[in-house]
Amino acid sequence: MKRVAVFWLVVGVIGWALLPWYLTQNGFWRFGWLTDMSGTNASALGAALHDKPWLWLPVLGFVGAALSLGLARTQLAMARGLFASGTAGLALLMGQALLIGTRFGLWEADNPGIGAGAFVTASALLFIATTGVSGLGKGRGDAFVTGLVGAIVALVAIFVFFPLTFILVRAFELKGGAGLGFSEFLPRFFSSTIWGIGCITGGGSCGPAVNSFLLGLSTAAGTTFMGLMFALIFTRTDFRAKKLLRVLTVLPIITPPFVIGLALILLFGRAGTITEFFSWAFGWEKTRWLYGFHGVWLAQMLSFTPIAFLVLIGVVEGVSPSMEEASQTLDANRWQTFRYISFPLMRPGLANAFLLGFIESIADFGNPLVLGGNFNVLSTEIYFAIVGTIADPAQAAILSITLLTFTLSAFLAQRFWVGKKNYATVTGKGDSGRHAALNPVLRWTAYLVALPWAFFTMVLYALILFGSFVKLWGYDHTFTFEHYLRGFKIVVRNGVHFTGAAWDSYFTTLTISAIAAPLTAAVGLATAYLLVRQKFTGKNAFEFSTMLSFAIPGTVIGVAYIMAFNFPPIELTGTGLILIIVFIFRNMPVGVRGGIAAMSQLDKSLDEASIMLGANSATTLRRVILPLMGPAILAALTYSFVRAITSVSAVIFLVSARHNMATSFIVGRVENGEYGIAIAYASVLIVTMLTVIIAMQLVIGRRTLRRADRVEAH
Amino acid sequence: MTKGSVRFEGVTKHFDDVVALKPLDLDIAPGTLVTLLGPSGCGKTTTLRLVAGLESPTSGRIFIGDEDVTHLSATYRKVSMVFQSYALFPHMTVAENVGYGLTVKRVSKSELRPRVEEGLAMVGLEGFGDRLPSELSGGQQQRVAVARAIVLEPEVLLLDEPLSNLDAKLRRHVREEIREIQQRLNLTAIYVTHDQEEAMAVSDRIIVMKNAEIAQEGAPADLYERPNSAFIADFIGDANLLPVEVARSGETVDIVFDGRRLTLPTAFSTTGQANLVLRPHQLRLSHEASADSLPAEVSYAAYLGNQVQYTLDTALGEIFAVTVPDATPFRKGDTVHVGFDPVAARIVSI
Repeated sequence: MKRVAVFWLVVGVIGWALLPWYLTQNGFWRFGWLTDMSGTNASALGAALHDKPWLWLPVLGFVGAALSLGLARTQLAMARGLFASGTAGLALLMGQALLIGTRFGLWEADNPGIGAGAFVTASALLFIATTGVSGLGKGRGDAFVTGLVGAIVALVAIFVFFPLTFILVRAFELKGGAGLGFSEFLPRFFSSTIWGIGCITGGGSCGPAVNSFLLGLSTAAGTTFMGLMFALIFTRTDFRAKKLLRVLTVLPIITPPFVIGLALILLFGRAGTITEFFSWAFGWEKTRWLYGFHGVWLAQMLSFTPIAFLVLIGVVEGVSPSMEEASQTLDANRWQTFRYISFPLMRPGLANAFLLGFIESIADFGNPLVLGGNFNVLSTEIYFAIVGTIADPAQAAILSITLLTFTLSAFLAQRFWVGKKNYATVTGKGDSGRHAALNPVLRWTAYLVALPWAFFTMVLYALILFGSFVKLWGYDHTFTFEHYLRGFKIVVRNGVHFTGAAWDSYFTTLTISAIAAPLTAAVGLATAYLLVRQKFTGKNAFEFSTMLSFAIPGTVIGVAYIMAFNFPPIELTGTGLILIIVFIFRNMPVGVRGGIAAMSQLDKSLDEASIMLGANSATTLRRVILPLMGPAILAALTYSFVRAITSVSAVIFLVSARHNMATSFIVGRVENGEYGIAIAYASVLIVTMLTVIIAMQLVIGRRTLRRADRVEAH
Repeated sequence: MTKGSVRFEGVTKHFDDVVALKPLDLDIAPGTLVTLLGPSGCGKTTTLRLVAGLESPTSGRIFIGDEDVTHLSATYRKVSMVFQSYALFPHMTVAENVGYGLTVKRVSKSELRPRVEEGLAMVGLEGFGDRLPSELSGGQQQRVAVARAIVLEPEVLLLDEPLSNLDAKLRRHVREEIREIQQRLNLTAIYVTHDQEEAMAVSDRIIVMKNAEIAQEGAPADLYERPNSAFIADFIGDANLLPVEVARSGETVDIVFDGRRLTLPTAFSTTGQANLVLRPHQLRLSHEASADSLPAEVSYAAYLGNQVQYTLDTALGEIFAVTVPDATPFRKGDTVHVGFDPVAARIVSI
């Protein structure tokens, strides 16, 4: 304990006394601050001596820690002292950052956003406090464990909960800065512009909340049904092209947003191929039916059915074959077995898939943006409230709260109601036996529903590729490379020049995703490690808060980030850093789940053996757990990389001229009606991501084989 | 207090609402092998993990040697453990496994190698260093786990059901080896098992636990010959428990059972309802009645080669008896008379 605390004490004092406390003008890594340590380049020590005496405050934490280390007679007293001084120092640091020279300001001061010095100082104080906690016997007395818990809690608090409070504050703010209150919130929140039900009663259109809700229910019902049909075919029939079905499950991961919407426009839009065909053959009128509820629903069905499929494969396979065999030996026929045994056992899983579909649908931003027309949903309304002609942040905040209420309710229902009802029939025992085959009626229903749908999906993807090579879809089908050249032209003259319009955002996207991926995987796996392997007070709350960001729609996070990080103390908008951070916390739940799954398969006594042999938790993680988790780590890396590339909803609020992302570039093209270059770009992204995934699969595949022959004979 | 002793002072452990350990005082002398024995869920593994530092006590204090280790992380305790599943690191060779503890303690390479070889030699696995654990048999893996634990020269060696993954024949052999190494190195060892025969075979002292507390502790012979409760009598070796009335207690006791009064040369402190403990192999079966015998009917007979097992119905309940096979075994339905040796009989409270 003592060594760790001394280390952080030294680090903290260096951070406070030497590093630039605030954001430096020219960036930290150019080290301009080394030669000019005045103004915003000053360290806290410099600024405190000069004009900002309140920067002495955090030092009290270090003084307390030093006194505890030097004077405490018992370990316990030292631990208490460290905890108290670390916490106090942190509170003082945060207090001065939030209250001096900011919007909540107690008094005016020129405080820029905090920088490297403040970050290092705050981390050091945090770790001094957590080291103290470990000395109190928490986390089995392991400073690494308590430090990790502290770090993740702090990160989630700053980058998930802190921004969300800004939405709340904005929504409850009274006009003219007269404080907070319900008097203006309630009428706006319950106004008919949000909750109108005109489309049901027949008096016009519905409010976005009602639209989102109805759309969510329809999409969730549809995707769950389709997903079940696919899952039944996949696990309960001898259908030959199962591998092809499996490909379907990869598609939504690598599909940039808008792609499905664009493909649907190419088919069913006013100038779409199928619309043209029916107009020519039957003289049907060309309508704009696609733009509205039907189109969005269709696009979401195509986008999210594979996700339901993936979830339900697990559910359907989870029904133990021995249950079905038992049923059959009791003289039930196939239909009765399905009706009375398999289906009831799947019901919680189906409810789960339904709720996931609901969350995905109402959080979806890309499809409604492209196909919504006059059909307003919450996610797009939030966007327009921020970037539209009449910017209304308060309305955006209120809409965000509405959306958040929906997703959180579904998330809570999924965790506390469905989660508890799960009949886990997958046991550790080798469950031999075969799943019962489907009865013929059910089997043919599944075939008839799912296979045309799979075919339709394939056609859409083929069209994307095809559409990117023709001049102007629907009007001029001459073959051309024009779109690719506009986006991705390379000129080789006096060196290589990337002159295409898309290169800039393409490289930015790849760079930022590549930086975010390992960090996401690290945070996700570290969280998983704590959840699976460690016991500490408040673990349930910890787990809940780390999984919560799954239920926060990207648009809401985007709005929250621009509201929270646009001014000091944490000023990040316009930087690449904010994009990296948003990816980390948006995609973290995926890493957590992957990590939990992989770590649960590693015998816990392996870690305990390492600990008993005198290794600390950090060494154990590095030498025992990580080497055995290779495939899971690679999977988490790939997935967070790919998700970062395809993410749009949060990103669209946070991009800047310097840091434009591929998806927001595509949005721009779509809004201008330049479909050709948009789908050309989308195709390039798909190929890029496929390459990454396949490369990773090859690596993982080999790793798994090698591990199997080593571990199996245990 | 000396190096290698283990002491608990009023240690308790709660998992949320579940009491895993009621206040426990424990004192384990250096150089002894003590077994924690009991049915599953009795708190024996929790006790072991508290010594290891893998759990923190809810209250109370733990000492190893003279040092208070209550809040000391497992990493820094001079304690090694052999796990039920062996927990050999599958991605390291046998030598890397055995040397792991030395490596993380930054022992120099030149010192590492001889100590690993010495450890492997101790368990008879010279020359196996370059293999992977998966290339060894179960018994060999077990020995690697022991070697890995002892090369660190711990003050206390913990063994968590170390034999439960081995087949029955190998078990006897390995447990003798463990006992032999423990005595040679004069290690303090705490051994957890639910197998009473295993406990009797290896221990200096046995601590029987039940419902999160100690039921009885003592040398193996004490527990078998002087059980203090019906639970111990039944758990350590098979026992028939017959309800009797204790008419007079003291250095010898008078009991009344089946309407007869008998004097037994065993001490008991109270009078009233109690249990008479009769070991199955101490019972005599014959065709003729005697003064202290009970009439019974054979309800089940099983011939096992080296012994014959009988289940007998008597007026006092069912009795299980074991005899050596003879020329005229009893058959199902036969009437027999069950007699016992008053010297071997014990009385325990209900």
